[in-house]
Amino acid sequence: MKQLCVISGKGGTGKTSITAAFASLVKNAVLADCDVDAADLHLILKPDIKKTIDFHGLNIADIDKGICIDCKKCYESCKFDAIDEEINIIKESCEGCSVCEYVCPVDAIKMKERDSGFAYISNTRFGPMAHAMLKTAEEASGKLVTVVRNNAKILAEEKKKDMVIIDGPPGIGCPVIASITGVDMVLIVTEPSLSAIHDLERIIDVANHFDIPALVCINKYDVNKNNTKKIENFCKMNTIDVVGKIPYDTVVTEAMVHEKSVIEFSENDLADSIICMWDKIKEKLDV
Amino acid sequence: MIISVASGKGGTGKTTVSTNLALSIAKAQFFDCDVEEPNANIFLKADLKEHENVLVSIPKIDEDICDHCGKCSEFCVYNALAVVPSKVLVFPELCHSCGGCELVCPKDAISWNKRVIGKIEHGQAEDIDFYHGLLNVGEMQAVPVIKALKRKVDKSKTVIIDVPPGTSCPVIESISGSDFCILVTEPTPFGLHDLKLAVEVVRHLQIPFGVIINRDGIGDDVVELYCKNEYIPILLKIPESKKIAHLYSKGIALVNGSQEWHEKFGLVIKRIQEEVSA
Repeated sequence: MKQLCVISGKGGTGKTSITAAFASLVKNAVLADCDVDAADLHLILKPDIKKTIDFHGLNIADIDKGICIDCKKCYESCKFDAIDEEINIIKESCEGCSVCEYVCPVDAIKMKERDSGFAYISNTRFGPMAHAMLKTAEEASGKLVTVVRNNAKILAEEKKKDMVIIDGPPGIGCPVIASITGVDMVLIVTEPSLSAIHDLERIIDVANHFDIPALVCINKYDVNKNNTKKIENFCKMNTIDVVGKIPYDTVVTEAMVHEKSVIEFSENDLADSIICMWDKIKEKLDV
Repeated sequence: MIISVASGKGGTGKTTVSTNLALSIAKAQFFDCDVEEPNANIFLKADLKEHENVLVSIPKIDEDICDHCGKCSEFCVYNALAVVPSKVLVFPELCHSCGGCELVCPKDAISWNKRVIGKIEHGQAEDIDFYHGLLNVGEMQAVPVIKALKRKVDKSKTVIIDVPPGTSCPVIESISGSDFCILVTEPTPFGLHDLKLAVEVVRHLQIPFGVIINRDGIGDDVVELYCKNEYIPILLKIPESKKIAHLYSKGIALVNGSQEWHEKFGLVIKRIQEEVSA
């Protein structure tokens, strides 16, 4: 079973539109949305949810004010400023370490499970899908990504799928690292803007750091052809293949508005460029 | 006054809005809190003269004293410590520096080392007091870098904060304490879906907010209808235009050389000032 993760560094470069296009091209795969902070892939794939699993992130401290003797030991010990001087827990700051529970001399603090979100197992018109929803202002998105990754893996084994395609989150931190750890390849979607190029350089470093082979796709390549040239040269110097150059086209947004992938929605040049890229990726992945 | 610029969805134009706002007011203080992928200085071009490492604490085990009882790894909820018969293994990237292992160690065998996870840089971009943070490649935790940045906030100035995408910990850390939050979105189904998530976050934090629609003209009118139904003010619309996209691709701010955009962003600031003081 091969795993491909679509990432970008910079947000909004077209990860989800491209993942959805791959979903409608791939024959025997599981789809996974690991952008649990702001998941959008379900808006196109319209999953039929078969199973909902409660997700508990880090624990949270709970103080029984009836027992508390106001000694302030917890307040003094908390490294996250998650307890105020009146000994109230600040929910958004608590990282669940349980130091307060440990230092409390009267056992007034108990660590509780936190309802942080849900993981879902679903069916879509393109095959099974693993996805999730993180509740507002919750932490541990990296942990939820790991849950989605495991669900996708189990689905692939159960349903005898030979591939998992992952829609990754933006950035380079914890949820990204959780999304790409152990995948066979990452596809980095970039744009010919100075911002995207800066972010591309950083995300390539991350892929190298974790020793994951990377491919690059330049989306909207015709918005600034000079910058596209720069990206191609940069990739060449770093021996990274540019497997796709996708033109700017309003059809991408139109397809999104119609809740379809661009492959389903249109048979124009843009669709062709994605099909051609997909063939190259399959070859590289040897599937 | 602190104004943060957030979005939920990535790539909707947070940096475009925040940098143009900063360029439209006198003597702003600017913080790029997207420490995973900071881009604001591509547009503001501050001369970064100072830098400061961001340090976190990680446990150091005195192997001469340690008897490998395993209490520290049992206590650590982040799995940053593992005790094998002859050694304690520390996984620095997983450690949240909570101090628990030191507290539970019966032999007092644990002290602390400092570790660099990123840096903050500072400089002037004409009259803008500019700061940004950089998380080192391979590091998991953006929050300590954002905290280090926010310690530099000078509340007597007009402070603009460029927030990372998403809705979880780094976003909450960046937005909290703001007097007003601008949510930047695009008029598409993805834009609307992620705008709703961002609205939940700012309502949860009880921060007044308004919306800026970027790439106006693409997609559909669902974002405008949503804002109308929810009584959310639309502060500005930036049209979809190849010219604007091209300027952006070259790292040129919209207000540079355009009196019209200068005035538009000036009006946004004025409106926010009125809302905040009301």
